[in-house]
Amino acid sequence: MTPFRRCAPPSPVDGGRKDFSSPVCRGGGLKGRRGSWLFVLLALLALPALAVEPAELLPDPALEARARDIGRSLRCVVCQNQSIDDSAAEVARDMRRAVRERLSAGDKDEQVFAYMVARYGDYVLLKPPFKAGTWVLWLGGPIVLIVAGGLLLIAARRRKPIPPAEPLSDEEQRRLNALLKN
Amino acid sequence: MNRRLLFLLPLATLALMAGFFAWSLLAGRDPASIGSVLVGRPAPRLDVKALRDGEPPLTDALLKTGKPTIVNFFASWCTPCLAEHPLFTRLATRDGAVIIGVAWKNKPAEANAWLKRLGDPYKFAGADLEGRTGLDWGLSGVPETYLVDGQGIVRRHFRGPITERDVNETILPFLKGAK
Repeated sequence: MTPFRRCAPPSPVDGGRKDFSSPVCRGGGLKGRRGSWLFVLLALLALPALAVEPAELLPDPALEARARDIGRSLRCVVCQNQSIDDSAAEVARDMRRAVRERLSAGDKDEQVFAYMVARYGDYVLLKPPFKAGTWVLWLGGPIVLIVAGGLLLIAARRRKPIPPAEPLSDEEQRRLNALLKN
Repeated sequence: MNRRLLFLLPLATLALMAGFFAWSLLAGRDPASIGSVLVGRPAPRLDVKALRDGEPPLTDALLKTGKPTIVNFFASWCTPCLAEHPLFTRLATRDGAVIIGVAWKNKPAEANAWLKRLGDPYKFAGADLEGRTGLDWGLSGVPETYLVDGQGIVRRHFRGPITERDVNETILPFLKGAK
């Protein structure tokens, strides 16, 4: 990200020109607070930059949309946890190209995934399939939740309610009153 | 219920975690390893232009000669390739291994100059400039090395440079044993 540049105040030296390179200053009509709020708003709207380069795009928008969907669920094999659409790695670029080539050749989405899995294994899927080796991964969280929730519930039921406090005796009441008076 | 036993729970958790970490460290577990699905399957298609001028392109036929083959993806810009290069030279000259080298995303002129400088252990050499063959072989980078038996089945896949230990414990027994 480019560093945030502040609007330069009009100075007599440069003839009062504004710094038009700043997105906030462009147009010149926004000043101070309103300008910075707009900047924050725009910054929040900004989407993460994709690594997909314009030259890679397919001419058919429907096919390209499918390629993007697939690219988002394929894991780049050299970058731990990035999709191939997010990664600028060489291999990720080759994989994006292969996805587009397969789609252009008329493959269904499942066939494209199968093509990648045949070469890189389940590792290449950001959403791993449910099978013998992965059931702990899928069910572990819910199981822990259910077991812990059950134990908490049992513990809560067992807990005896706190008995109500006994009323003060006359002597205690007198001492309390004396203390409060001071 | 015996409440004191409850105090052992954190300790038991700690012991469990310590056990897992110890196993991870000592058993050489590599969470970044992506493994290989090619092992035990027929080698992917080999279809690349020759790296050296005037040689025919490389085809599948080279992998089904009845003799074991080593397929090595390399590049002149890759430092680990430089590190493993002497091992291939030795495998080719001393042990008579058939090694197929594929220059991955490497300009042929640069790959050839690299081989001229360091020596060329490859009986056949291909140039995969676009990385298409690499993708077919499930390549994640260079160097990677595949041991392919005489019937064209992948028997081993090394991601990263091979080491002296790999040569002695895996590659040499493979060359002797595979048919």
